[in-house]
Amino acid sequence: MSDFDWGIIARSSAFLAEGMALSALLVLVATVGGLILGFGLALMRLSSHRLLSVPASTYVTVMRTLPLVLVLFWFYFLVPLVIGRPVGSLTSALLAFVLFEAAFYCEIVRAGISNVRHGQSDAGLATGLRRAQVLRLIILPQALRAMTPLILNQIVIVFQDTSLVYVVSLHDFLTTASVVASRDGRATEMYALVAVVYLVICLSTTKAAEFYRKGLPS
Amino acid sequence: MNYRWDWSILFKDPYMGWLWSGLLWTVIISLASWAVALIVGLLAGTARSAPSRGARLLAGLYIDVFRNVPPLVQLFLWYFVLPEVVPDSFGLWLKRDLPYPEVITAVVAIGLFAGSRVAEQVRAGIEAVGAPLMPAALATGLRPAQAYRLIVLPLGLRAIVGPLTSEFLITVKLSSLSLTIGVLELTAQSRHVENYTFQGFEAFTFATIGYLVIGLCVTGLMRFIDIRIGGAALRKTPA
Repeated sequence: MSDFDWGIIARSSAFLAEGMALSALLVLVATVGGLILGFGLALMRLSSHRLLSVPASTYVTVMRTLPLVLVLFWFYFLVPLVIGRPVGSLTSALLAFVLFEAAFYCEIVRAGISNVRHGQSDAGLATGLRRAQVLRLIILPQALRAMTPLILNQIVIVFQDTSLVYVVSLHDFLTTASVVASRDGRATEMYALVAVVYLVICLSTTKAAEFYRKGLPS
Repeated sequence: MNYRWDWSILFKDPYMGWLWSGLLWTVIISLASWAVALIVGLLAGTARSAPSRGARLLAGLYIDVFRNVPPLVQLFLWYFVLPEVVPDSFGLWLKRDLPYPEVITAVVAIGLFAGSRVAEQVRAGIEAVGAPLMPAALATGLRPAQAYRLIVLPLGLRAIVGPLTSEFLITVKLSSLSLTIGVLELTAQSRHVENYTFQGFEAFTFATIGYLVIGLCVTGLMRFIDIRIGGAALRKTPA
């Protein structure tokens, strides 16, 4: 094989940056949308009404059993059919990510809320607060502190997951690198770069989450 | 919504054969990757608590690197990059003579990624349950290797069957990544059927049910193991 040509990275940096921007957009939308939807799902799962808790837990179980690749294909196929006209693969991928990651964020929120001791909400209700106030003023602040490291870890997983949009030909960071790799025959350089960039970002976030968790009162 | 249902597609050749062979490949790749993950994870997880500083550092490095690079990137590194950076004769062998090159590459890549996650669970199990028993085990006259094999590992592993169930399920889902290097497993075959027949609903439903059934089998199997080795009973007593 020929010698390495690391200059390829500098020459394709603008293109790669576009890919990274798309990865960042996917992470942002999946996390914000997934947290909001996941919060709703968690409240449903914790509800004592079976009409609320059973559909929510079924949804979460199914989503957690399916590979993201299959979910991406489902939405790629379903969204245009439901809307009735072709939409870009970005729209269906964003929807798929929000609905898929919501199941995982739901479990984080649920664990966070149920870890706050039961006496706390009883005490809150006894002081005359309404249910919504107890949740907002007493449960959530404590749950949020316990959830933060788990959410950070999930963001790392979401960031790794975004590389899967490769299968619907969206140009995220990995896919742009693979385009350059096959166009210029520089697989070694490009994939090594991709691995290092992901490693640095994910490892520093993981370590930050660990550091935060160690500082928490147990 | 304008869609012509045709569930009979799932029972027609060649589509039925494609889907079932996809299911079979998914099961094969999942089981093989899980075997790799268990072996590597057990070794690395144990090494994290080993007396030798070198072994601890090496295992820590493996866990940090393999957990923090996306599995799809790792798969591409094994498939596209490895044959280029090893000596020519070995690279040629990888490309030409290795049987089922895509499947084996996928098993190695997925197995090593999952192995780094399993290693973290094993380490946690040893730290929480096994390691505190080490002094007692040594005091009874066992040598360190015996103490690990007979006391620390069995008790540590018994405590983590639950988390390992999740890791097994994650490994099954990861097997779908192998479609990117051309393995025709379940997801790939359902996509394949959709491309040929435009009956995406039916094909993806087949795949969805396939993964749900595999998931139920995995959960059931692990619960059976948990009960047999007494891990479930162990966790119930203190609470």
